[in-house]
Amino acid sequence: MIRVRVHVSLKKSVFDPQGRTIHEALGGLGYAAVSDVRAGKFFDLAMEGDDAAAAKAQAEEMARRVLSNPVIEGFTVEVL
Amino acid sequence: MKVAVLVFPGSNSDHDAYHAVKHVCGHEARFVWHKDGSLGDAEAVIVPGGFSYGDYLRSGAIARFAPVMAAVAEFAKKGGPVLGICNGFQILQEAGLLPGAMLRNRSVKFLSQQVHVRVERADTAATAGLAPGTVLSMPIAHGEGNFHAEADELDRLEQCGQVVFRYVGRDGGLGADAANPNGSARAIAGVCNEGRNVVGLMPHPERAAEPHLHHGAEGRRLLEAFLGSAVHA
Repeated sequence: MIRVRVHVSLKKSVFDPQGRTIHEALGGLGYAAVSDVRAGKFFDLAMEGDDAAAAKAQAEEMARRVLSNPVIEGFTVEVL
Repeated sequence: MKVAVLVFPGSNSDHDAYHAVKHVCGHEARFVWHKDGSLGDAEAVIVPGGFSYGDYLRSGAIARFAPVMAAVAEFAKKGGPVLGICNGFQILQEAGLLPGAMLRNRSVKFLSQQVHVRVERADTAATAGLAPGTVLSMPIAHGEGNFHAEADELDRLEQCGQVVFRYVGRDGGLGADAANPNGSARAIAGVCNEGRNVVGLMPHPERAAEPHLHHGAEGRRLLEAFLGSAVHA
């Protein structure tokens, strides 16, 4: 069993209303050191087999086709 | 005119669209379940609003892989008229049949309110016969309607005449921030594909099709334009 984690977040060039709102809330609580917040999500995939490279390649394909929308989002894939 | 109204788990404007097409505009309407691989003899397709698959992952992201969407893509490729409303618009974007993508509303709030949109193009399947500049009052109800595309893509859409509707003030003018409820790039409320037969918009024309309902009846003009264009397709 191979565990692969896919992180998806909005591209840097895309305004993140959720991140902005969280940033403002943190500022309101006094966390003045926070200069920016970007929100995102992650998916932990439990995959059959023992070929980590193949699992990672497949996860990248899934991230491209399904888990992210390339118009607005980017992703990273890591084998845990 | 035979109109297929798609139904996904979580669609909630399917019956509104069916009612408006059949009982208000007087055309034939038929529900098509998302697992159906065929649209039958439909001459036009409406992808209705709602929360298909609970909006899990992203709005429209799961619905786009439903078997019926392959039939819609084929239908659209042949030039068949397709109208995506709200979540239906998002599904068509996810399917790659319409440009752009939706971000969370600028306010990060779900918005349910009446808006004004201006018809920018009369040469699409949903606006044939409506004069550019026509202002229509319709309701919106969405959390993710903040239209986004990269700047060069926005320029391309404008040049190719694919921006079909914009949020405007009651007088039809741009500028007032309040007129652009969700922060959409260039106040875009609706777009079409290059073939001009697939059109998507966030406001709900089917909920503004009868004068005795408080959303008014201006959306009916858009529906009639769509149903009329299907006749001539």
